[in-house]
Amino acid sequence: MARRLLSSLGQFLATLLVATALIFVMLRVMPGDPAVVALGINATPEALAQWRAEYGTDQSLALQYLQWMGGLVRGDFGTSYVTSQDLSPLIVDRVQVTLILVGLSMLLALLVAVPLGMLAAIRHQHPSGVVLSGISQVGVAVPNFLVGVLLVAVFAVHLGWFPSGGWVAPADDPVEFARRLVLPVIALGSVQAAIITRYVRSAVLEIMREDFLRTARAKGLTKGAALVRHGLRNAGVPVVTIVGVQLAAMLIGSVVIERVFVIPGLGSLLVDSVGNRDLLAVQAIVAVLVLLVILINFLVDLAYTVLDPRLRKAA
Amino acid sequence: MTTHLDAPDATGVPVPPPTTTARRKRARPGIQLIIGASLIGLVAIVALVSLVWTPYDPETTVAADRLQFPSAAHWFGTDRFGRDVLSAVMAGSQITLLVGFIAVGIAVVVGVPLGILAGMRQGRLGDLIMRGNDILLAFPGLLLAIVFGAVFGAGTVTAMVALGIGSIPAFARVARSGTLQVMKTDYVFAARAANRSEFRIALRHVLPNISGMIVVQCSVNFGIAVLAEAGLSFLGLGTMPPTPSWGRMLQESQQFLGSYDYLAIAPGLAIAVAVLGFNLLGDGLRDRFDPKMRSNR
Repeated sequence: MARRLLSSLGQFLATLLVATALIFVMLRVMPGDPAVVALGINATPEALAQWRAEYGTDQSLALQYLQWMGGLVRGDFGTSYVTSQDLSPLIVDRVQVTLILVGLSMLLALLVAVPLGMLAAIRHQHPSGVVLSGISQVGVAVPNFLVGVLLVAVFAVHLGWFPSGGWVAPADDPVEFARRLVLPVIALGSVQAAIITRYVRSAVLEIMREDFLRTARAKGLTKGAALVRHGLRNAGVPVVTIVGVQLAAMLIGSVVIERVFVIPGLGSLLVDSVGNRDLLAVQAIVAVLVLLVILINFLVDLAYTVLDPRLRKAA
Repeated sequence: MTTHLDAPDATGVPVPPPTTTARRKRARPGIQLIIGASLIGLVAIVALVSLVWTPYDPETTVAADRLQFPSAAHWFGTDRFGRDVLSAVMAGSQITLLVGFIAVGIAVVVGVPLGILAGMRQGRLGDLIMRGNDILLAFPGLLLAIVFGAVFGAGTVTAMVALGIGSIPAFARVARSGTLQVMKTDYVFAARAANRSEFRIALRHVLPNISGMIVVQCSVNFGIAVLAEAGLSFLGLGTMPPTPSWGRMLQESQQFLGSYDYLAIAPGLAIAVAVLGFNLLGDGLRDRFDPKMRSNR
């Protein structure tokens, strides 16, 4: 177990190191001098040189990378080339917003998908099971931003039940915070619910053919009871995998949803920074998003060990 | 007609020839395959027709016709610049299919050979390829496309290349897993005993046997590319104006919600139809190539 944990941790750190190096290199091949982007084409050579010295872009790439990595480890994301703003508090604020949005959306997706997926599997030969499968199939094809636009049109513009967007911190006004999050959470969570429903159904159908479930039924348990007591843990491994994959997808998908609902999350900041050609901000935000994706993969890997005793013994 | 007598399955066990009923059943396409192929066929026909004809020029603005509701003259209405929405949706299908083809093409051309190589050379080289693949997995296609947009400037070409690179890991994984199965079969052992080169084995035995899996993955990733391109255009980081794009049409419709809802319906439906088509096609093909999956869907 400890060996498996250490091996996963080693892989996590190695992937993170290579990924950050890739991000750094990718953004440094950007055409144009960041000093010119920041100061404009009419800047004097002296001003440009002073700017480069101030931000360290006159140093070698290797040194710049090491300094950037050192900063990341200390939680220092640097100073924006464009706004001269300290990026660390900005990114920390924005990450919290994105994580709240993604966390609540995933919670909604799971609350909908697990019972529906199980129901679709148990009733797979009944019309209701087929209808559930059909709905989830269509749900997978609808982009979350389309769901968002439609929700705004119906529930914000026509019915006026919820605000069309914006963000209020939970500490400032908990009720308004919740009201403003309803539509974006449904937009982001419903599509994921459709995807996860299909995987839960598939995993449960697979389990329903296993001998141990037949034995449990032969002992007198109902299909539902046998599934809850013996099947859920076994269906857990494939479901955890897909939840991990989808959590990473939601994190990236939230970029678009934040735009639809004018939510000041990490995604909005990323798109604005790309528009402003704010190299250091883009670099830091992408690094945070990639770190979160790699972290999710690492946690999924750990969850396997907890859920599957065979992996524990093998380790 | 070719016979299936003693053709080995994926585990290398000779399979008896299928019965006439089994053959008929296999030959009959499933409902998902039929619906998926029909939807994709529809999108492809619209794209081809729009190359030579659209009701109006999708890029020409007509101030007098701005924001007209659907009518006999403009079936899906007009946008804020007086452009015909139906014509723009038709022309937008070209970009959608183009992005899908190029993105999937890049992923197949790079990912499949890498996956086959990793499956055939399971040592340091195989490990190295798969570790590289894992690192690429940390960069989802949409994120990579945003970064590429920042570096090289946003546009259709940037989006296609980024989405293609982002899809490489999926193809490499599928190709590797298929290759590992094929490499255990008797006919590969026989080919090796006959001193056939690795390249020839890959080309003659591995590739034809994993082609089904690759085709399924192509369909799935085509749908993903369509969604991602629409998302990028929605963010203003995909196809640039005046070229029509479904995602940007949807984004532009946002400011007219409540008054001109029809502007969101046509591009939204177009995206959903295309993605649903590719998803159903992928599921249908998977059923056909992997009968074990059939009962699970």
